[in-house]
Amino acid sequence: MKHVLENVESQFEMFQILNEDGKIVNKEYLPDLSDDELKELMRRMVYTRILDQRSIALNRQGRLGFYAPTAGQEASQLGSHFALEQEDFILPGYRDVPQLIWHGLPLYQAFLFSRGHYHGNQMPENVPALSPQIIIGAQYVQAAGVGLGMKMRGKKSVAITYTGDGGTSQGDFYEGINFAGAYGANNIFVVQNNGFAISVPRDKQTAAKTLAQKAVSAGIEGIQVDGMDVLAVYAATKHARERAINGEGPMLLELMTYRYGPHTMAGDDPTRYRTSEMDSEWEKKDPLVRFRKYLEDKKLWSEEEENKVIEEAKEEIKNAIKEADKYPKQKVTDLISNMYEKLPAHLEEQMEEYKAKESK
Amino acid sequence: MAQMTMIQAITDAMRTELKNDENVLVFGEDVGQNGGVFRATEGLQKEFGEDRVFDTPLAESGIGGLAIGLGLQGYRPVPEIQFFGFVYEVMDSISGQMARMRYRSGGTHTSPITVRSPFGGGVHTPELHADSLEGLIAQQPGVKVVIPSTPHDAKGLLIASIRDNDPVVFLEHMKLYRSFRGEVPEEEYTIELGKADVKREGKDVTIVTYGAMVHASLKAAEELEKDGVSVEVVDLRTVSPIDTETILESVKKTNRVVVVQEAQRQAGVASHVISEIQERAILHLEAPILRVAAPDTVYAFSEAEEVWLPNHKDIVEKVNSVMNF
Repeated sequence: MKHVLENVESQFEMFQILNEDGKIVNKEYLPDLSDDELKELMRRMVYTRILDQRSIALNRQGRLGFYAPTAGQEASQLGSHFALEQEDFILPGYRDVPQLIWHGLPLYQAFLFSRGHYHGNQMPENVPALSPQIIIGAQYVQAAGVGLGMKMRGKKSVAITYTGDGGTSQGDFYEGINFAGAYGANNIFVVQNNGFAISVPRDKQTAAKTLAQKAVSAGIEGIQVDGMDVLAVYAATKHARERAINGEGPMLLELMTYRYGPHTMAGDDPTRYRTSEMDSEWEKKDPLVRFRKYLEDKKLWSEEEENKVIEEAKEEIKNAIKEADKYPKQKVTDLISNMYEKLPAHLEEQMEEYKAKESK
Repeated sequence: MAQMTMIQAITDAMRTELKNDENVLVFGEDVGQNGGVFRATEGLQKEFGEDRVFDTPLAESGIGGLAIGLGLQGYRPVPEIQFFGFVYEVMDSISGQMARMRYRSGGTHTSPITVRSPFGGGVHTPELHADSLEGLIAQQPGVKVVIPSTPHDAKGLLIASIRDNDPVVFLEHMKLYRSFRGEVPEEEYTIELGKADVKREGKDVTIVTYGAMVHASLKAAEELEKDGVSVEVVDLRTVSPIDTETILESVKKTNRVVVVQEAQRQAGVASHVISEIQERAILHLEAPILRVAAPDTVYAFSEAEEVWLPNHKDIVEKVNSVMNF
């Protein structure tokens, strides 16, 4: 029966457009992006790399709380987001704050999310998204519902959701893709395979040779993509989006990526489970390096432009932190009033109690 | 007025809301063409179409997630969990997700979802069908838990639950589905969530109860009346949040209380009812508050239900203890 497995695996060869040297290796699927769009994509990736560096520093200074590093995943996070439209709904995991920011969540709110303030989760009206999901897998079953709702409403939009390699072992991961498949819902399911779920390597999660092939169990299309190649990620997501809005059902994308930093800033030490050889091997695949080469060859990018983005990012981050600092502190009465549309009697009573305390 | 069983009243409530609001969606395992394993959704798919009433794959967690997602698209989902013993599969979607949606999004998103689910003993179901698990959900802030005991209450409470813009878990006792008929208005009406109902007035002792135990309590009250004990029966109807006001009003009149539940003594909501009474009305009490509840074992094997489930005799006994304290 071995040939059955081989047959399946051969269906999931990695899709790549741009190699590590910034050369196009797959002209056929080169996405149709204007020069301005290509530059904007680079700008976002550079900005997000700086955001990661600053966020780690701010976390160490105690000026941010929960933070899951993103460096290395810029192509995967931003290339997929770049293929979306504003009306698409994002159900992010806890590492997927950058997609929310580029979808329109103000930076200072992203910082409030990190610190643990409800205002960080109050999506602006024109930002269809949920705040980052902490329960791994829950975003997948919820995405199936959003995708079905869009299909039933006849909307030309999609629900996109993200999880990691470890998350593919959850029951909700499987139920989510299976429900979306059964209903032919407007969904894109993204697995960002960065090789590790905290300390557990990807091959301890499953004997499956790819994560993309898990789509087979739901009877939906799946594809493995070079997640360090922003053009491949963009092209695959764009393709999945077009299929979904044309009523062809959901798709599962496995993006092969890497996180250069720790799992989170809450004491994880990646040197306990990763070698420096592994890190440097993946640093050669850095999505910024290869896309920079590609754009420089096209005379679309310069050191000067990059520095401008870096300065801009630092300035905006500084301002956003200040704005977050200024935002009013939370009171118990705020938390109570966010519980229900109409407060039940027991909470009315507790509201009065805390109002009295807060007015002292 | 029509004479309906509780299951007919429940179907009638869903039909009313499917008609009233095009955003109402009914879905779950076998609720479509089959009309539900208890016929609760009988005829609804035929009347409203497959886009409004539909079957799902067999996965409770997926059903919960589906409801949350549809809620985010402006729908008003009424999912069914075939038996509440299967709630463990969907605990995260209910308690970890929909209950927290309004709070965690600072009011920008809501989960206007009514999860319907049958439970309750006395009908010899197989394992994990009859367990009383309302206590689990009652401990979760953000979700209401409703348990009707009559056809009339079931219709009014279900319509109110569906119209509520926050999540409600609506638990339907299997033994009450068809055991009797009651008067149910044909037109639409609502019963406010969080309001108890005095099912029988009395002056000597208050029984606070819900679900099938309402009927056991009423039966006990009749027996006790023959011995000259006047029992007031308060049907909670909503077990989270509880209607402390109605309970206290009764307690201040009778000065004696027994709390009756079908769930095990360590489960259910009886302890919470007792705490509220002792904090707020201890000076009105002539005796300790006693509980009628099932033994603290796993739910009985079906042949053992008769000796295990609390019944009217247990209630009579506890009321007498309180009277003779």
